[in-house]
Amino acid sequence: MCLAIPAKIIEQPENSPVAIVDILGVQRQVNVMMVPGSKVGDHVLVHAGFAIEIVSEEFAAETMEIIKEYGIPTEYEEVEVEGAEAS
Amino acid sequence: MNDVLSGFRDPEVARHIIEELHRVAVQPCKLMEVCGTHTMAIAKNGLRDVMPDTVKLLSGPGCPVCVTANAEIDLAIETGRQPGVILTTFGDMMKVPGSYSSLAREKADGRDVRIVYSPLDSLDIAEKNPDKHVVFLGVGFETTAPTVALTIREAARRGLENWSALSLHKTVPAALEALVNDPDVQINGFILPGHVSTIIGVEPYRFLAEEYGVPCVITGFEPVDVLQGVYMLAKQLADRRAEVEIAYKRAVMPEGNPSAVAAIEEVFEPGDAEWRGIGVIPGTGLTLREEFAHYDARKRVPCTPPEPREIKGCQCGDVLRGVVLPFECKLFGKGCTPEHPIGPCMVSSEGSCAAYYRYTDYGKA
Repeated sequence: MCLAIPAKIIEQPENSPVAIVDILGVQRQVNVMMVPGSKVGDHVLVHAGFAIEIVSEEFAAETMEIIKEYGIPTEYEEVEVEGAEAS
Repeated sequence: MNDVLSGFRDPEVARHIIEELHRVAVQPCKLMEVCGTHTMAIAKNGLRDVMPDTVKLLSGPGCPVCVTANAEIDLAIETGRQPGVILTTFGDMMKVPGSYSSLAREKADGRDVRIVYSPLDSLDIAEKNPDKHVVFLGVGFETTAPTVALTIREAARRGLENWSALSLHKTVPAALEALVNDPDVQINGFILPGHVSTIIGVEPYRFLAEEYGVPCVITGFEPVDVLQGVYMLAKQLADRRAEVEIAYKRAVMPEGNPSAVAAIEEVFEPGDAEWRGIGVIPGTGLTLREEFAHYDARKRVPCTPPEPREIKGCQCGDVLRGVVLPFECKLFGKGCTPEHPIGPCMVSSEGSCAAYYRYTDYGKA
């Protein structure tokens, strides 16, 4: 999609490239190396497991409306993670 | 017009923009959007129906899955067939047909093909499967490329011996240049997506206006935003201006994301890439640099796919260039539907044909 998914940072361990975000009501790990200076409470756009931009809450809400309009990408509908399966 | 506007959030604003558009769009022009979300916005909201006769809206190569050439899909499939390989990929590549097969078909036939949400997940799969070689299939434009670049860096940091990336990444500005130079197409203006500038900023698109005289407007995704973008393009043409204007100010980071750009530049260098329907465009692919050769699947899992072939009757290439509108393809709705897709434009969630099939009545009995 041309749109990345808005999410809110809820935990940001010190010195870690990984944050916990709330994205579409689910908590996920997201890599924050592309948004240095991001902190808990910030809204970010997420793509392929990475936060790519810090945005305002308003912009996050607007973007959410558009995503709902055109369909939430299917990868957010299933919470299963392939890497966790035994081979 | 009232039917079309009744679903809009601001019908009066939309009506005003449409009236102004009719007033300024005196000369015929072809305006191209290059983003799947814009394709959907135009299809779903019936925006073609409110255009003046002089304005023709074209869909362009905005879907990275759709522009992946058959030869490239064949290479991914052949790589996945090599002994001991686990092929990991974003989900939207699974059903895309290559010359002879698709990743979904390979998986159904027993090959180890796994969908990952993030390229980082493929590193974990490599760590859990030390006796296999995990290949991550990298497809996408500049928004996705930095995520793969950072993953390659992370693989190097972890010292992974059994992981590599097959880069099919492409960059958009040079592809737009090729379209501008394509005599069959003759584009007079580009509707650019706001989020694309999140990564690379606005600068890489300036040459379209400054060297080629093609107006560009960075446009939002609400129907009123799209109308605004179209109006601003028509106004530039009427004024004989050519600029990159930003209609969607609150979304756009004109300077882009320096960390993301730095990651791409550290790991990748420009190489040739083959675009479906267009052919090879030099410098539009992202190839892993020599210092990352250890993580380049083309080197770690070399293989030779069979000769590529095009699917008979499929006009995806022409759709992607804007030469044919989705519903003008002879197979659209007859033989090619989302349930039984023939080409990637119908398969992909960002594909132009999928958007038109889903949101309009074209092609349905």
